Amino acid sequence: MNLTLKIWRQKDSKSKGQMVEYKVTDISEHMSFLEMMDVLNEQLVSKNEEPIAFDHDCREGICGMCSLHINGEAHGPDRGITTCQLHMRMFKDGETITIEPWRAKAFPVIKDLVVDRSAFERIQQAGGYISVNTSGNTQDANAIPIPKHDADLSMDAATCIGCGACVASCKNSSAMLFVSAKVSQFALLPQGRVEATERVLNMVRQMDEEGFGNCTNTGACEVECPKGISLENIARMNREYLAASLKR
Amino acid sequence: MSGFLSSSIARKFAMALSALFLIFFLIIHLAVNITSVFSEDLFNQLSHFMGTNPMVQFALQPVLLVGVIFHFVMGFVLEIRNKSARDVKYVNYKGSANSSWMSRNMIYSGLAILAFLLIHFIDFWAPEMNYKYIEALPENPTRYYHELQEKFMPLWRVVLYVIAFVLLGLHLLHGFQSAFQSIGFNNKYTSFVKALGKWYSILIPAGFIFIALFHYFNH
Amino acid sequence: MTTLNSKVPKGPIKDKWTTYKDHINLVNPANKRNIDVIVVGTGLAGGSAAATLAELGYNVKAFCYQDSPRRAHSIAAQGGINASKNYQGDGDSDYRLFYDTIKGGDYRSREANVYRLAEVSGNIIDQCVAQGVPFAREYGGLLDNRSFGGVLVSRTFYAKGQTGQQLLLGCYSAMNRQIARGKIEMYNRHEMLDLVKIDGKARGIITRNLITGEIERHSAHAVVIASGGYGNVYYLSTNAMGSNATAAWKIHKKGAFFANPCMTQIHPTCIPRSGDYQSKLTLMSESLRNDGRIWVPKNIEDAKAIQQGKLKPTEIPEENRDYYLERRYPAYGNLVPRDVASRAAKERCDAGYGVNATGEAVYLDFSSAIERYGKMEAKIHGIHNPSKEKITELGEGIIRAKYGNLFQMYEKIVAENPYKTPMMIYPATHYTMGGIWVDYNLMTTVPGLYCIGEANFSDHGANRLGASALMQGLADGYFVLPYTIGDYLADDIRTGKIPTDLPEFEEAEKDVKERINFFLNNNGTHSVDYFHKKLGVVMWNKVGMARNEKNLKEAIKEIQEIREDFWKNVKVTGKNEEFNQELEKAGRVADFLELGELFAKDALERKESCGGHFREEYVTEDGEALRDDENFAYVAAWEYTGKPSEAKLHKEQLEFKDIELKTRSYK
Repeated sequence: MNLTLKIWRQKDSKSKGQMVEYKVTDISEHMSFLEMMDVLNEQLVSKNEEPIAFDHDCREGICGMCSLHINGEAHGPDRGITTCQLHMRMFKDGETITIEPWRAKAFPVIKDLVVDRSAFERIQQAGGYISVNTSGNTQDANAIPIPKHDADLSMDAATCIGCGACVASCKNSSAMLFVSAKVSQFALLPQGRVEATERVLNMVRQMDEEGFGNCTNTGACEVECPKGISLENIARMNREYLAASLKR
Repeated sequence: MSGFLSSSIARKFAMALSALFLIFFLIIHLAVNITSVFSEDLFNQLSHFMGTNPMVQFALQPVLLVGVIFHFVMGFVLEIRNKSARDVKYVNYKGSANSSWMSRNMIYSGLAILAFLLIHFIDFWAPEMNYKYIEALPENPTRYYHELQEKFMPLWRVVLYVIAFVLLGLHLLHGFQSAFQSIGFNNKYTSFVKALGKWYSILIPAGFIFIALFHYFNH
Repeated sequence: MTTLNSKVPKGPIKDKWTTYKDHINLVNPANKRNIDVIVVGTGLAGGSAAATLAELGYNVKAFCYQDSPRRAHSIAAQGGINASKNYQGDGDSDYRLFYDTIKGGDYRSREANVYRLAEVSGNIIDQCVAQGVPFAREYGGLLDNRSFGGVLVSRTFYAKGQTGQQLLLGCYSAMNRQIARGKIEMYNRHEMLDLVKIDGKARGIITRNLITGEIERHSAHAVVIASGGYGNVYYLSTNAMGSNATAAWKIHKKGAFFANPCMTQIHPTCIPRSGDYQSKLTLMSESLRNDGRIWVPKNIEDAKAIQQGKLKPTEIPEENRDYYLERRYPAYGNLVPRDVASRAAKERCDAGYGVNATGEAVYLDFSSAIERYGKMEAKIHGIHNPSKEKITELGEGIIRAKYGNLFQMYEKIVAENPYKTPMMIYPATHYTMGGIWVDYNLMTTVPGLYCIGEANFSDHGANRLGASALMQGLADGYFVLPYTIGDYLADDIRTGKIPTDLPEFEEAEKDVKERINFFLNNNGTHSVDYFHKKLGVVMWNKVGMARNEKNLKEAIKEIQEIREDFWKNVKVTGKNEEFNQELEKAGRVADFLELGELFAKDALERKESCGGHFREEYVTEDGEALRDDENFAYVAAWEYTGKPSEAKLHKEQLEFKDIELKTRSYK
């Protein structure tokens, strides 16, 4: 395959960026998208040009590091995957592919395609935990039976990898899917109920402070989410938040 | 309350409540208007009741007004915040790949409806207020039907109405179930809500369009 | 040659840890506030240690090279975590877990450490459940278990195929709580580039801020290294792209001994490579071997036809399939330990029976499991005389519920539907049992320097059992290190803050900067990856699944040549004061180029076959690994003396008092 790539280049957070065009040739359709990027970077290095910076790590769709907006979609045209799991067989020979970083005020660009997602960290720090110390004397793991249905739903929410595709694909740059996934995971478990009120209030407050937009229920996040986190979580968080607001 | 309304979720909740209220209002509005198609008398009676009943006039009408204004103002507030949440735009953004046109363009369908509402107010509500409270003309319980017929004589207005209600339908196609989602209603009945929303969004505007066309062709 | 003191406490193995804990020094809560601890790496070991130390009251500074602690590669662990809870009532116990781990490790791990690991394994599950980790449950609401390779009980707890992720997010949430309270200072996108020793004790580190390039000094009363394994020395592995050995190698160069570097696990079930551009290999969880059956064609003609694409696996009748694991190891069948399964796959492929174009793949087939589950489901749902299609549909449903995400992952990569056609798998580098030598306290040979998780060597011997890495990481971080470090820090309560303007910091910083400047000004001809790939080829071909003296000697020479070439001709673009991924890679590959040599040297020195270390010269008559307990029942701990080739060997003799040394048999 021969491809034309239009890639966002930006020196650092303060510089202005622009789209730059590159050509790659002889790309195998079995390559992953990031391996194609590796090929391009090898080319650039051999020409003494700066390679394109992009975040990636595990390359098996679980660490949540990779974050490319490809042809107008977060993680590209395939569904239920991260950028690193996208394969070149999804593209056609001769195609022009646009590659941009996640775009959101709360995710400033660090360099080229790398963005700063520390807003997510601060949201988690605001309440994404159960306050239990390590002691070796907590109660036995089987002391509280949890209905399988609830445990499964909790697990489904917990599979969020924090990549930020929800924010990137939302027209409002809303982080509701990300936040609601954590709120839901704990809200569904008896262990998490104890702090549920404070948790949802604090996490939502932090989310708003970070400058994410509001959810307008377009559902784009659910479609683009590599882990298929459901919109039901957002509805659950709305309920949790309203109930918590009445309590406090 | 202002503290509560500073959070994104609370704003959406308030937005949804006003929406649900307006959705309910539309049913009443259509129910009254549709009588004009088959019974002039009934339409006049109902209109007279609505126009003179103090409960309707001094309790429900202000609430409705506030609801409408709140829904629009909040819509703008949210839109401005949402727009500013992405300071650098994508060069290539394929919204159609993951969301419906309706859901992405609520502000535009909303703005069109707002423009229509202004005309609608000038057409009906303003003369009505003028008739009753400014010039304080004597009440004639049979005037309503004729006023209605008169309005739907010019073609441009009928066309305008048809376009406006198509846009209202599109607004509702996303708005109806979105309101339920915003208040936290998402469970096994959601597919029912979605289906209901679809029928509602088609039938209610279709009803209004039918009335407009009916009077245009039958005067 | 000195003898290493492992500081294993006296007494019967069952009481060692409890008695020891009762007698070690403690730091009182008020004093903990005046003590700083650095933790490098935020995976299961580092994350759990950072959180627990902060809970105890120490001031923790935690570092990771990713943009969040949640992205550490522990997150990719799929299958599960072992614990001797015996919830299934199938005869499990601390002793049995201990025994299985020692035996699985081919008798090359330290008894006392492993027993302690088994002892605290149950606490880990309790702790994680309390943190809100959504483990899989049965309909009655209690925790579910599954079985892993090399054991005869069901003791593996799991959360779909994402157990590592859920456990790491548990640690991460515990860390977040402490970050919010200011007890952990979190340094994301920071890489440790050197250790600072003052008066022989570990007192700080030098880091590079990966966004700004700033070289920073951080001081503390103790330093904990939890930076994971060195599998990326092979270039292709199941590790993350950024997984590296730099922290471990730097401390090795500053005096920490490196133990058993040759003990590396080649995992049997990975997706085979597809071309030269391949950047990493993807693991398919071992849990798949619960239900999948591994086979290759019985007839070489069939194998050839498959390799040429003329025959499909589904067209080969049952009688012409060679379920070689079931054939060779009837007792454990498809659930033999990883080293055994990997070698068996290599043996078949080397004999020409491989099943993809490269001839380096075997089948992992779920059709009989789908049929079995389908029939069971039909019974449960009261369907009489179900059709074949119905059975398949029901069976696939069960398989999807158990392994859905793995199957999806496979399909995305290979573009074949594994429900309909068998998966193709091949072994790949996965885990490193070797690592920094530590004593019973998890302290390295440098006072105040600790090493936990995969980065140390202690618990898995020559081969790690499935679902034990997560157990070890969390045991070290939650339940072992927080106790043992107190014993050391008790002497430091009057030390006060360690200043960072001491000459030792100055010097370490200077070294780091010099090396960076060298890379940036070298103006060579080849990219960093070019050298890394070359190293990987040598490692895989000559220090891989099967090793021999000739190859190892060649490997040592070739690695030296690549290293020389690297330092002459490496090209690193950009500058230091920016986000520079080429520069990051250069430092890491430079360290791999040294580690690789020590690895080969260790493999050459160990003239026996044990676990993941298989020497072709030392095999039994039927081709199984032949251990030499007489001469090699020791831990080889290497001391750095200036060059990997001149590393000095120290031996820790392993004593087996509670387990009889036996030939490992899974037949």
